[in-house]
Amino acid sequence: MAQTTLPAPLDPEITPRAPGPGKSVRFGGLRRIVIAVRQAHGVPKFMLWTGAILSLLFVLTAIFAPLIAPYDFDTYQSGGKTFPKQGAPDGDHWFGTTVQSLDVVSRTVYGARTALEVMVLAVVFSLILGVLLGLLAGYFGGWLDRILVLVMDALFAFPYLLLAIVAGFVFASITGGGVVTAALSITVVYIPQYFRVVRASALSAREATFVEAARAMGAKPSVVIRKYLFGNVIQSVPVIGTMNAADAIGTLAGLGFLGLGIQPTDAAEWGYDLDRAISDVNAGMWWTCLYPSIAMVIAILGFTLLGEGLNDVLNPTMRRRRITKVALPALSRRRVVTAETAKTAATAESAAIAATAATAEEGEAAK
Amino acid sequence: MSKQSGSLRRYILTRIALAIPMVLILLVLVFVLMRVAPGDPISASQGGKLNAAELAARRHAAGFDAPMYQQFWDYLKSVVTLNFGTTFSDHRQVRDIIIENGGATLTLTFGALVFASVIGIPVGLLAGRLRDSTIDVAGRLFGILSYAVPVIVAAPMLMLAFGATSGQASPLVQLNVPTQTHILIVDAMIVGDWDAVGDIANHLVLPSIALGLLIVGVFIRMIRINLIQSLQGDYIEAARARGVKETAVVGRHAFRNAMVPVITVLGLQVAMLLSGAVLTERIFTWPGIGRQLIDYINQRDYVAVQGIVTVFALVVVVISMLIDFINALIDPRVRY
Repeated sequence: MAQTTLPAPLDPEITPRAPGPGKSVRFGGLRRIVIAVRQAHGVPKFMLWTGAILSLLFVLTAIFAPLIAPYDFDTYQSGGKTFPKQGAPDGDHWFGTTVQSLDVVSRTVYGARTALEVMVLAVVFSLILGVLLGLLAGYFGGWLDRILVLVMDALFAFPYLLLAIVAGFVFASITGGGVVTAALSITVVYIPQYFRVVRASALSAREATFVEAARAMGAKPSVVIRKYLFGNVIQSVPVIGTMNAADAIGTLAGLGFLGLGIQPTDAAEWGYDLDRAISDVNAGMWWTCLYPSIAMVIAILGFTLLGEGLNDVLNPTMRRRRITKVALPALSRRRVVTAETAKTAATAESAAIAATAATAEEGEAAK
Repeated sequence: MSKQSGSLRRYILTRIALAIPMVLILLVLVFVLMRVAPGDPISASQGGKLNAAELAARRHAAGFDAPMYQQFWDYLKSVVTLNFGTTFSDHRQVRDIIIENGGATLTLTFGALVFASVIGIPVGLLAGRLRDSTIDVAGRLFGILSYAVPVIVAAPMLMLAFGATSGQASPLVQLNVPTQTHILIVDAMIVGDWDAVGDIANHLVLPSIALGLLIVGVFIRMIRINLIQSLQGDYIEAARARGVKETAVVGRHAFRNAMVPVITVLGLQVAMLLSGAVLTERIFTWPGIGRQLIDYINQRDYVAVQGIVTVFALVVVVISMLIDFINALIDPRVRY
């Protein structure tokens, strides 16, 4: 959806950083994410865990679809007996059957598989293209940068679904409707998001001293980009990636709903199923639309929560330091100031000051 | 005063000048995308029905064998004259489609904005003020949930819950209201037909909620974050130190500053609303531009698709420009 709000750049105090010694230099930035995730607590922790569990549920369903689903996604008969048309849920078909006599359980489960395939492809495509273009534009600047920025801004201004629709319309007439076509039409929508973030961090990293040093020593642009810029820009990618994954599921369903996504004969797809279910809703049949809807909400919710949680954990303006409670000495009726009580009071006071300072510091960071 | 208005005028002129290359790129993009697809609208729609010579004649008549630059020039001319080309399938001007169906889309998006504001602003403010409380967590989770429920899920669920027919817009067409503004509800008001107004409003509720749910999450999130950040401002501390009542601190000092960025967010949501409107209109058979677009796509009418997409893109650009103007008007810092 949607255009996800872009996360603010990570801690300004630390970025950009020169790669330190150690093996995983290139993905060093990602390690900081792992550390931040481990330190999560409270609501972000809850969101991260719920998101992870829901996403895992979705991914496992998608992978093991043939084992879970009782029938194939396009099976309309079993043992020579055709399934009932628009049959209500019963023992044979737990979630009922559709207008095409297809089993809703199987459609829903196989729909997860299609969604996962398209989602992974779309995120990988847009990640590769967006990060690459962003790095090139940010590092080299000049006319290449200016043209790319203009094109990306234009793409970004487009209503996202409209862009996907137009892209789907174009790609479908070239390659026909399939998983890759759907993924490509969704990719077009997300490239600008990666491009913007990566370009911005590449721009700031380019000016860093260690990059200048590398260039002074005669490092080629390709080396500088691979070794020094990549690790710095990659940190902002996981948040956008998870958000886009959530989004891609919705966009794919939107395309399928409009009849522009995956051909119904190729695979089960939630959007297409919902489109067929709308007329059932008018006739009071709830099962054909309820189950694909629930599946879709679980999948999108999982990745959204994951992305929100990551954003909370990584975004310094939203991070909140835990403030430890300051234990004040109990008030006695008659305050006898001995050397001992004076000392405790002083400690408590300094702790209180420290706590206020922490809050103030956080306020500073927020600005 | 004169100096101030001078800077505002300069800002507006610069902003318009900056928008021109953007619009040009958009137009090139739409044009190229439409030409990348193999074949042309005539072969696509008439391919089986006509023989080769007739096809060629038709293509010539429609100007599809003209060189690319000529076609692009014609396209540019159609945009500049705000006419956006003539459709193939039913020989309508895209401008007429926009005028006749735009009212319905406008009504729908406005309804969605109203719903999102009514729910989103109070929830966002409460969540931001009572940060980390139960209300905050519940509000945020509601925001995330509403974000995770796409229009095509929300709409059938609402129809199931509240009765399918209450959302159907098709009976609207039978309303006997003379057309003046092409916005049905306004037309009905002008005539004073309050039964019709009630009927339209009734039909508008479910589509507006379905579409509004798409953006209410963004509203909650943005208002919450902005309120939290403005509550951390020095002037809030100063107000509290002066002994200003808490309600006045939040209501007067923090709220106003928190609302300025919300205007920007509102503007950015227009692109999203237009996308959602395409789906909503199809589900509720709402007679707007989005439904026309899908019909033309299914008929492979490239000119109509190109024209409607261009209009949508221009609307988004113009609105983001207007938002910038409003921001510059409210906040003088923006102008420099």
